[in-house]
Amino acid sequence: MPEHHIKLPEGSIEKTTTTLNLGPTHPATHGVFQNILELDGERIVSSEQTVGYIHRAFEKLAERRPLYQITTLTDRLNYCSSPINNMGWHLTCEKLLGVKTPKRVDYLRVIIMELSRISDHLICNSIVGVDAGAYTGFLYVMQYRELIYEIFEEVCGARLTTNIGRIGGFERNFNDIAFQKLEKFLKEYPKVLKEFENLFQRNRIFMERTIGTGAISADRALNYGFTGPNLRAAGVDYDVRVQTPYSSYEDFQFNIPVGTTGDNYDRWLVRSKEMWESLSIIEQAYRKVQEFKGKDADVYHADAPEYYLPPKEDVYTKMEALIYHFKIVMGETEIPAGEVYNSIEAANGELGFYLISDGGRTPYRLHFRRPCFIYYQAFEELTKGGMLSDAIMTMSSLNLIAGEMDA
Amino acid sequence: MAISNDYIKQKLVEKFSDQVSNFEEPYGMLTFEAPREMNLKVLNFLYDDEQLKFRFLTDLCAVHYPDNKGRELAVVYHLHNMVDNIRVRFKVFTDINRPDVYTATGLFSSANWMERETYDFFGVNFIGHPKLKRILNVDEMDYFPMRKEYPLEDQTRIDKDDEMFGR
Repeated sequence: MPEHHIKLPEGSIEKTTTTLNLGPTHPATHGVFQNILELDGERIVSSEQTVGYIHRAFEKLAERRPLYQITTLTDRLNYCSSPINNMGWHLTCEKLLGVKTPKRVDYLRVIIMELSRISDHLICNSIVGVDAGAYTGFLYVMQYRELIYEIFEEVCGARLTTNIGRIGGFERNFNDIAFQKLEKFLKEYPKVLKEFENLFQRNRIFMERTIGTGAISADRALNYGFTGPNLRAAGVDYDVRVQTPYSSYEDFQFNIPVGTTGDNYDRWLVRSKEMWESLSIIEQAYRKVQEFKGKDADVYHADAPEYYLPPKEDVYTKMEALIYHFKIVMGETEIPAGEVYNSIEAANGELGFYLISDGGRTPYRLHFRRPCFIYYQAFEELTKGGMLSDAIMTMSSLNLIAGEMDA
Repeated sequence: MAISNDYIKQKLVEKFSDQVSNFEEPYGMLTFEAPREMNLKVLNFLYDDEQLKFRFLTDLCAVHYPDNKGRELAVVYHLHNMVDNIRVRFKVFTDINRPDVYTATGLFSSANWMERETYDFFGVNFIGHPKLKRILNVDEMDYFPMRKEYPLEDQTRIDKDDEMFGR
């Protein structure tokens, strides 16, 4: 028995490990969740996760809302890439309602989704850098995330919680400024991304910190319900965009980058490569959008009058438009009864919406399949036996977003 | 060989005969149900079968149907065969007064938190779960909030005087 300065009372059981509370408001957690770690020196013996600090009962709230009002709830899931969530929700509604969107809408959506994927991956990768002690990259790329947010702002008027698009398409057509900003981004960003990669990819310190830490095998990752970049880093090429293409993803050429070891370094590389692929998809989509000329270039929504708001002029002059306007705004449109599961490739993995409608005006039940929530439970296994400082890196490279986790 | 919904249905009927029932295909996804004590047998069969290979648990949640007497709670599994890219939806119904369902954590590690969430919101008691306690709500909560008997507050109520928020 080791000697102590403190004399323990007779018969007391000696505890050789230290308990450490990491979070809920620790800066290294990048969000509100708690890890209770049991440490032996600097090594993690066991840990327990507590989530739910920002649970906002979205699933319950959704049971009282008409479909279009639920879009704002999806904003607040993964708030680093809310447009993807919005689109996923619109696609789910369209699947339930049987609305078919025009090609131009699909391509515009692809542009928006891939832009937000870049902004999400950019945050995640630069945060991994911050946790390894490299703050510069993070501050530098914020400038380019800003360019993305400016495009969102031009399209929908908001930056973070975007509420972008409507069931059937977009609320308005993209204006010229939006396309100019997109061009500016496409021109400037590749150089920056290259520079950002140079900063980390072959950086000795960064490699030493990330290689071999927080690793998971493909088998375990699948068993833990991993999807998205985290699963691909373990070597499984599962991507919803390819497996079940939505929003015309089948029209694009792109690769699915995969890793081998599923460690922090591979996750970083996969995200980094995915940004290049996203860039290429955006370029292809932008070219396709430009091919629409004349009247076709004005198409920005599907013909779904029961769910898509009519133009305001018509509301004042046409009775039919007035009726639709009233019914949509007051949420008095009955949705067809049905049961639908629709999933999209969000920045963190497969974001699923399980929607049950009993024929009323609001969903009977709506369940979000949040990738974060599902893969965070692997955190204990990923960090067990490792160093505390590696656990911090693992946490950020998994890209845990509290909003998505707690719904 | 890609497998079809009909093939999965045929395999299931072969194995479980009339124990699996209510086959439907809403929006193309094969949906069926089984008695609640059968859930692990069905999940294991879907997992182990060399052709079916449903080895990925996409989602697990519950739905409350208060009017379905004796089978108020439905536990819904979404399973995915990633090789052939086909999904199925599998339901078990249980009595709300005895909502006991066997846990799927032995088969899928991912079921752990999803089952805790389902317990948290619907009170489904997953037998054999390593640590069935609330996950998103506070531990002190003594009801299951997603059940239909707890409606959201009526937005038009006027009996509440709240100076802070002006209603």
